[in-house]
Amino acid sequence: MRKKLLAAAAAVLLAGCLSGAASAADKLKVGFIYLGPIGDLGWTYQHELARQALVKEFGDKIETTYLENVPEGPDAERAIEQLVRAGNKLIFTTSFGYMDPTLKVAKKYPNVHFEHATGFKHDKNMSIYNGRFYEGRYIQGVIAGKMSKAGVLGYIGSFPIPEVIMGINATMIGAQTVNPNIKVKIIWVNTWFDPGKEADAAKALLDQGADVIMQHTDSPAAMQVASERGKLAFGQDSEMIKFGPKTQLTSILDNWAPYYIERVKAELDGTWKEDNTWTGLKAKMVVMAPYTNMPDDVKKLAMDTEAGIIDGKVLPFKCPVVGQDGKEVECKGGDRLDDGQVLGMNFYVKGVDDKFPAK
Amino acid sequence: MELVEAIILSVLAASTPLLIAATGELVTERSGVLNLGVEGMMIMGAACGFGGAWLSGSIFVGALFGIVAGTLMSMIFALMTLGLAVNQVATGLALTILGVGLSGLIGAGFVGERITPAPHLQIPGLTDLPLLGRVLFGEDAFVYFSLALIIGVWWFLYRTRGGLVLRACGDNHISAHALGYPVLKIRMLAVMFGGACAGLAGAYLPLAYTPFFIPGMTAGRGWIALALVVFASWRPARLVIGAYLFGAVTILQLHAQALGLGVPSQFMSALPYLATVIVLVLLSRTRSGGSTAPAALGTVFVPDR
Amino acid sequence: MQLVLEKRAERSNTIALISPLIAIGMTIVTMSILFAILGKNPIAALGVYFIDPLTDSYSLQEIAVKATPLVMIAVGLSLCYLANAWNIGAEGQFLIGAVAGSWIAVKTQGTDAGAWVLPAMLLLGAAAGALYAMIPAICKVKFGASEILTSLMLVYVADLFLDYLVRGPWRDPHGFNFPTTAEFDPVATVPVLIEGGRLHLGAIIALLVVAAATVLLGRTIKGFEIRVVGAAPRAARFGGFNANQLILLTFAISGALAGLAGIIEVAGPVGHLQPGISPGYGFTAIIVAFLGRLNPIGILIAGLFLALTFIGGEQAQIAMKIPLDVTKVFQGILLFYVLACDSLILYRFRLISSTRQVA
Repeated sequence: MRKKLLAAAAAVLLAGCLSGAASAADKLKVGFIYLGPIGDLGWTYQHELARQALVKEFGDKIETTYLENVPEGPDAERAIEQLVRAGNKLIFTTSFGYMDPTLKVAKKYPNVHFEHATGFKHDKNMSIYNGRFYEGRYIQGVIAGKMSKAGVLGYIGSFPIPEVIMGINATMIGAQTVNPNIKVKIIWVNTWFDPGKEADAAKALLDQGADVIMQHTDSPAAMQVASERGKLAFGQDSEMIKFGPKTQLTSILDNWAPYYIERVKAELDGTWKEDNTWTGLKAKMVVMAPYTNMPDDVKKLAMDTEAGIIDGKVLPFKCPVVGQDGKEVECKGGDRLDDGQVLGMNFYVKGVDDKFPAK
Repeated sequence: MELVEAIILSVLAASTPLLIAATGELVTERSGVLNLGVEGMMIMGAACGFGGAWLSGSIFVGALFGIVAGTLMSMIFALMTLGLAVNQVATGLALTILGVGLSGLIGAGFVGERITPAPHLQIPGLTDLPLLGRVLFGEDAFVYFSLALIIGVWWFLYRTRGGLVLRACGDNHISAHALGYPVLKIRMLAVMFGGACAGLAGAYLPLAYTPFFIPGMTAGRGWIALALVVFASWRPARLVIGAYLFGAVTILQLHAQALGLGVPSQFMSALPYLATVIVLVLLSRTRSGGSTAPAALGTVFVPDR
Repeated sequence: MQLVLEKRAERSNTIALISPLIAIGMTIVTMSILFAILGKNPIAALGVYFIDPLTDSYSLQEIAVKATPLVMIAVGLSLCYLANAWNIGAEGQFLIGAVAGSWIAVKTQGTDAGAWVLPAMLLLGAAAGALYAMIPAICKVKFGASEILTSLMLVYVADLFLDYLVRGPWRDPHGFNFPTTAEFDPVATVPVLIEGGRLHLGAIIALLVVAAATVLLGRTIKGFEIRVVGAAPRAARFGGFNANQLILLTFAISGALAGLAGIIEVAGPVGHLQPGISPGYGFTAIIVAFLGRLNPIGILIAGLFLALTFIGGEQAQIAMKIPLDVTKVFQGILLFYVLACDSLILYRFRLISSTRQVA
């Protein structure tokens, strides 16, 4: 009798262990490397929102981990590898500077899948993804062209890299469709995130006569300053309207959730493949915050432009694109600049008076 | 002319935290103590100041929180360097690291919140005067307070007996002790004053400058305040000039960019620091045989009994 | 009754031995309280911080990789601090060394250069670091300007200079205009010691530096001079030791070591030059120098210990979601306790019956 009981108990225990092990193995571990703090209200914050969306969507099936404030240097490689060693099978590295560390770790662990944002190197187990934020910039340019009474835009740039340059150019091209004489003043603050500096830059731009502020930095400081001065501004990365209820025209929202959900689903289904995703408004990677603080006709124009971009009828970088020097840029994409040209953009379009930095 | 007025306003705002923090450190150093932990005390002031304002709805309460935070941090420093005769450089650096880390933990709960920034003075008639109206009559309380503070400190150091004694402690603590002055107590008060100022300066950033809290928002201003004290040869009048000069260079480089002057932005950003080095060298040169630092600055003092 | 501090007649050797242990003990108690306040299990947290990284070879290697630049820089700094010369600018010297060494790598990129490249890079990095450190040293010796502030200001200058180079002249032509040089050729890369890990030649060099410093301080006249000039300046003057010359010498050595650490870090774990190659090594090394009591062997131990806390802090973020700020708090508190306990080597407390002012 006792033997039977023991055997039964053992069987139950074993079943329990096996099912426990099975459910542990079923949980997919997904890791995230963040550049800044999740509270930056900008770039990292949007990735974090997407991660939370993943948790909501997949519940018990996944377990997510993140490391924030990871500097883009030698520490990044270790941070990524630590996530791998902790059992994460799908890892998102959310900044350009993580490109080489991600590649190195990817080569070491061919069975782990990596997703790298805003870079260009990839591998069999390393995908890259990015958003066509310049589509949003084009729309912003159209709006700004209409809303700027002074005809001068103020642009707060972080670093003179292609991502930012293409934003400036798209803005100008969009603005020029409604005001061919639009001007722009650009200040480079050499940081993605420094509220004090961004505020100072916004003040300087406004002092010098700009009346619409756009930024490619991450904090709401500029929006705040514009609000205080009664001017208009565009938010960046996330909704900044609570810092400028009467100020924000719209904001380019980084909407990573659909892409993340799609990739996690593929990983769960076993269908994950290396990919190169660069989508924008159409795939909802880029979303525009509601158009506010503008008259109805401008709002309609903005919405029509957005629809046009989604349909493919409106091309932000339609050829001919004319450079600062007055010469037409070679058109490699048929009727528009091709992706390579945009990704490596290192010139200003006509209408920008500033000397191009970093040549 | 409007642009000039606007630039002056921006410079005043940018220089104010530097002026307040540097004033506190000036007093500390005049008493003979070198507190490198200004950045840590400032960021703690920012975190606690914002928290206080957000929880209570009052800028004044926020400022008080900032002052208290800075003072408490400085008391840790005082305990170590004055109570235990620990090396001041190392303790100051440890204070900075502790402050940055602690403020991140405390402030984490406040990120994303916003408050109503400190109101600006509005005197009908006076504030609307062209060019100087807003500069003189349209600032927020912190700006006026910073000027009152440095004037008060000047008066204290050079026109009161207390100030004389404090300076004596900084120049020759052995003689001061021999004369019967409580050197350690005086230094402790000076350190606490420095902490209070640093905390207030830090609180200014989220209370008036950019009305939200972000970890690390002081962005090195504490180190600049330290440089300013040396730049000013430990004299209050020079400190004001130095603070506004530094603020001006920071703001003007942005304006230069906006105007399209094609100087590489990194060079412009480096100007304030290069300027400080050059000025430090030049100032030290004009005195024969070295700088005008308080002679006992940074040395350990343990009274003989 | 009053508690006063008074100088001991002689160093207390017992305290000297046990003070690090007391300091660590008190730190652990304080941190446990902090963990409890944050709602984390203190025992588990301490385990993740201190024990886990020691349990597998990957973490052990990473500790060595992280400690290498810290130890190298800290040894150099200790020489300065012993001589009462306060070099706070090691971070800037690190960056300049990295830039100088990288110049060779960038210039010989793609050419069939021989094995002389790496040693040349290291030498040039060290030389450049030494020269950069001489600036504050000369300012101090010739003009009496505070070396603390001049060396600190030069950190910002070095950082911006590096930024300018990688965004402009040295940018990788195939890098889509992103601010980074191309990957260094293998001949310009610091060799790895163990396959699969990141432990590299720099660790050996760091050990050699520790040994050399021990010999210098303990067995040479110069070492003796350095120690005396800091501890008893008047006696040093009577002994004919030239304090100015020693300031120049110690700054040069520490600049060289910092620069060497910089180029090794760039040519090793990172593999190319980019902005942000240093997560504050120059400043963390100051802590290491003091934790190691300005003694080369002590610095080696302190460097490894501090590196342990960095690695442990990252693992704590992953395993227990403990924010990274806690690591900074921990390091600050540890330094406080070590400094406080160490002061008891030279001083002690006494209760005396009343205050008597010396009239």
